[in-house]
Amino acid sequence: MSGLSLKGISKSYGTVEVIENLNLDVHSGEFLVLVGPSGCGKSTLLRMIAGLEEISDGTISIGDRIVNDLPASQRNLSMVFQSYALYPHMDVRKNLAFGLTNLKMPKAEINRRVQQASDILQIGELLGRKPRQLSGGQKQRVAIGRAIVREPELFLFDEPLSNLDAELRVQMRVELASLYNRLGTTMIYVTHDQVEAMTMATRIVVLRAGKIEQVGTPYELYNNPQNLFVAGFIGSPKINTLPATASSNESGLQINITNIGKFSYVDLATTTPNISVCIRPESFKINQTAELNLDVEIILVEYLGSEIFLHVKIATGQTLMVQASGKSNYKLGEKISISANPQDCHYFDADGQRIQAKNA
Amino acid sequence: MRKFLAKNAPGYVFLSPWLIGFLFLALGPILVSLYLSFTKYDMIGDPRWVGLSQYEYMFTKDKRFWKSLQVTFTYVILAVPARLAFALMIAMVLDKGIRAIGIYRALYYLPSILGASIAIAILWRQIFNIDGVVNAFLSMFGIQGPNWIANPDTSLYTLVVLAMWQFGSPMLIFLAGLRGISPELYEAAEIDAASKPRQFFAITLPLLAPVIFFNIILQTIEAFKTFSSAFIISNGDGSPADSLLFFTIYLFNEAFKFFRMGYASALAWTLLVIIGAFTALSFFASKYWVHYENEKD
Repeated sequence: MSGLSLKGISKSYGTVEVIENLNLDVHSGEFLVLVGPSGCGKSTLLRMIAGLEEISDGTISIGDRIVNDLPASQRNLSMVFQSYALYPHMDVRKNLAFGLTNLKMPKAEINRRVQQASDILQIGELLGRKPRQLSGGQKQRVAIGRAIVREPELFLFDEPLSNLDAELRVQMRVELASLYNRLGTTMIYVTHDQVEAMTMATRIVVLRAGKIEQVGTPYELYNNPQNLFVAGFIGSPKINTLPATASSNESGLQINITNIGKFSYVDLATTTPNISVCIRPESFKINQTAELNLDVEIILVEYLGSEIFLHVKIATGQTLMVQASGKSNYKLGEKISISANPQDCHYFDADGQRIQAKNA
Repeated sequence: MRKFLAKNAPGYVFLSPWLIGFLFLALGPILVSLYLSFTKYDMIGDPRWVGLSQYEYMFTKDKRFWKSLQVTFTYVILAVPARLAFALMIAMVLDKGIRAIGIYRALYYLPSILGASIAIAILWRQIFNIDGVVNAFLSMFGIQGPNWIANPDTSLYTLVVLAMWQFGSPMLIFLAGLRGISPELYEAAEIDAASKPRQFFAITLPLLAPVIFFNIILQTIEAFKTFSSAFIISNGDGSPADSLLFFTIYLFNEAFKFFRMGYASALAWTLLVIIGAFTALSFFASKYWVHYENEKD
């Protein structure tokens, strides 16, 4: 079991720099998720770790070995591809054994590992089938099986669930998580789906335009986003953002949400006048008063059973998202008041960087 | 009937140019040639029914028939694999990201357009003549090459080389096939520690099998029918010493030099049966080695 260290990693295609001076330490045995919007460089980064893409600059180490110049096959890692990349002309058994055969492993050992992987993934009855005879979920299991049999130091997953339907995705998510718990091997997982990232990761790396925006546990990223991008990217439904100005007075910091109203927050320290106030949908209280109060009109009700998402329009015409209990009853066009406590809000300066509360 | 016509008439209208051409220009002569193969016919008098006697003569007494079969089969066995291997090699080179790849593709395809022409066959004669380019090249190393075309031991091989040079159309088909193989499979194989030769034999060849099969069928039929280049290079009679007596040349001479149209028809039908049998055999054998990705079992 090994960790991974990326130091000063850069990747350019001609003059276009896709990844710029990236530094990251992946701890041994952790499930690290690289998440970010399309084109942020997460797959490129994974492919560079795998050895499928050359790095333009920097050092990649697996354990204490620098692997920059090692081909993919000698990095002792396995990768699960988005398209599964199963060899279509080989049956499942041959797909699983292919890598081991290439390593000239004894036949008995190959059979043992194939058997073990097929037991773990419950694909024993599929061993004689060709990939075209498998469902999406079964293909995914075989692809994971192919990664397991190598018994690698590092597992790489490149959006492995994105080709599955919603139900299967949830099921495979659980299976992957339990596989991780069982094997305990370091796993690096790329996804653009922040729900996948939040539910599976021990730590998440949020990437944007080839740079790391924040690294942290799912809890840290959700509750303490370091910038506006992370605040907006992590969390579903998306966090509400209101433009505001901040000024100091005798009672602390006075925050004036543009065209809405003012409230004070003594614990907040900032010198920049233009700020953003972000409130998660579940942080709003309905028909209760607090420091920040808004009169709104419901323009859409999304009933999800256990909860309701209310799309509400505020005086400025901006739409906010409010989460309510599934037992409550709201109607389209209904006028309600929503409120939030200052300590439940997130504050970002004009550059989008988090303004820390004094006691945070 | 009216419904059927209303539904299918446009299809038949669009098919009609080919259909009319086939019915009047191809099907008629085909059936007539079948009839003629059971007759003696010199194109002047009336055909005289002789039953299967010409076929009997062909298989039991006609040594030139067997010689022409030997030449043709030797050519097919050598030229088809050589052309396909060369075509696949070039396709794999062109499949890599090379700048101005379109120009290279067009250049490489050029011999195939020119290849079937009389001009190229004449050029080929010049290249392999006693004082041709090949011998001029060999003389640079102090080797005195033979007269490749005039020598019965080497003449057929010059045609095999010509066939290789006309690799354009199978190459394009291979290229399309290679483009159809997902690059992720090679990446997976790379991680699975497969060397480049292993990737070629374990991934590329099996996944290209349908395309290889298609090319084998097409090129073998083509090779069995080889005529114009052999005709020019062998002076139209299969010389030297019948070493270039291709089946088609023998057939042509029987028909249009000796006016044994009935016997030539019998030869033509024999060739058709040979090609048909080969194709059927290939299709039968293909289920053991050709893998179709989208096949339902």
